[in-house]
Amino acid sequence: MTTTQTFEYAPGVVDEDDPLHGELMKLNMGPQHPATHGVLRLIVTVDGETMRELEPVVGYLHRGKEKTCETLGWRKFFVHTDRLDYVQPLMNNIGYAIALEKLAGLKVPERGQDIRVLLMELSRIAAHLIYLGTTGIDLGAVTMFFFTFNEREKLYDVLDAYTGHRMNNTYVRIGGVYADVDENVQQGIERFLDEFPAKVDEFESMLTGNRIWFDRNRNVGVLSREQALAWSLTGPNLRGSGVDHDLRKDEPYCGYDGYDFEVPVGTIGDCYDRYLVRIEEMRQSTRICKQALARLQDTRGGEFLAQDRRYVLPPKSEVRSSMEELIHQFKIVTDMELPAGEAYGAIESSKGELGFYVVSDGTSHPVRCHIRAPGLMNVQAIPLLARGRLISDIVAIIGSLDFVMGEVDR
Amino acid sequence: MTDLDRIRPAIAGLAVETLASRDGIAVLETTPAQLHELVARLRDACGFELCTFVTAVDRFPADPRFEVLWQLQSIAHGDRVRVRARVGGERPSVPTIVDLYPGAAFSERECFDMFGVVFEGHAGLKRLLMPEGYEHFPLRKDFPHQGIEPDRLYREWDRRRHEKAAP
Repeated sequence: MTTTQTFEYAPGVVDEDDPLHGELMKLNMGPQHPATHGVLRLIVTVDGETMRELEPVVGYLHRGKEKTCETLGWRKFFVHTDRLDYVQPLMNNIGYAIALEKLAGLKVPERGQDIRVLLMELSRIAAHLIYLGTTGIDLGAVTMFFFTFNEREKLYDVLDAYTGHRMNNTYVRIGGVYADVDENVQQGIERFLDEFPAKVDEFESMLTGNRIWFDRNRNVGVLSREQALAWSLTGPNLRGSGVDHDLRKDEPYCGYDGYDFEVPVGTIGDCYDRYLVRIEEMRQSTRICKQALARLQDTRGGEFLAQDRRYVLPPKSEVRSSMEELIHQFKIVTDMELPAGEAYGAIESSKGELGFYVVSDGTSHPVRCHIRAPGLMNVQAIPLLARGRLISDIVAIIGSLDFVMGEVDR
Repeated sequence: MTDLDRIRPAIAGLAVETLASRDGIAVLETTPAQLHELVARLRDACGFELCTFVTAVDRFPADPRFEVLWQLQSIAHGDRVRVRARVGGERPSVPTIVDLYPGAAFSERECFDMFGVVFEGHAGLKRLLMPEGYEHFPLRKDFPHQGIEPDRLYREWDRRRHEKAAP
């Protein structure tokens, strides 16, 4: 019954007249290389200019997050999830919160869910802007870096006004979010969203029809549908290969099923397709954000945090006036207990499926918290895409797979 | 939510215990000996085309100590399933599924790195996140949280540096 799948790699572009042809040389790239987007090391075996074999070496940013979670306990680990994929901290918070809510059987109020959707889509835009900027600068489009970082700065100003931090916000709690979105923040986000679609058009006008961008990306790093599935790729990388799979549509969470948006899908699965998918995702995210803002307008003044006092902190006004509530707050902060059992919570992050597999024995400290990092799978696919290609293509391939080492190494 | 009616006929004849979990994903508990066959049937007959992760849970001091987990996903049917096998002993080992899911390679390496669970048949099974030559398994329950410095590795690196420096 068992069958073994074999895969054909992209055919090599070997220059037979190359005087170095046939002589294999090992080339080290990283861990301190600007094009590796962090501390990734690649050991490339080259034949002339063609890559024959490639080995990614990860772990240079390993901080033992999963072990830390077992020691700190459920609640205090929130702040660590920000540091996983540090270009989309709010998204990581929400992924972790969803896993814990599944374990606790806790329901988030509608307004809390809408705020989460808004935060997730803003994070997705921020993360895709980083992708566009860094991949652009790696392939020679230096302007892209400045243009996208300009937009990201505006977005961070908005998040700063809301959460009080530009990065590492930790604004999500079990059962909802920490504070409500007020009128000022809402107007700030609206201003950003009004200007943003024109900016996406501007990015596209610089890249999509650009001869250099096209030649560097088209037919480079081609990933077939079957390969993408077999190599556990998710997110834009999977959709770039033509698989219509998006957790927001297929396993809706946070009320995504009530939003109107489309899932862009690529055709041949090369770097260019993955680029187009991400560009379109930014537009769709803008659409979702606008819908979320309209909903927030309707539910103004509603609950945004669940009222289950087993998991949620009592309001500050009660803590300051009642000894019992003060003790209660202290108990929740130090040892909030979750029911025994196991749960897997996953969200569609900007890199793919970000999952948290949590196991509880009924105490305040987890037995296990496994982080399913989409970035690790993206790194794993580098050799698959790079074998047989010219060495200059590695930069385009790394850029298009889009990973952040904080999440890969955990 | 796992559609068990779709899975049951395919796994008939295997020693599998079906358990429920809090998130609605069914857990199929099996033995390490039957694991490869079970995963192969899930892939070929039930359409679970994507391996989400491979990991383990250390239940120290229970015996057998480790629960090794494989979570599979079917995009066509929109459901997931978790396969679990318990292993223990001095050298806990389970068969590899890299021949079925090439994408499980890094997950298996990570699990070996963190728990010391050996995946039999996995060519190139080596540490993923910790340095090569490190002697401990960090996610085991008897490993201290503050960590253990790789003293032997440091001495080895020092020795090599001195050898290089000497003419």
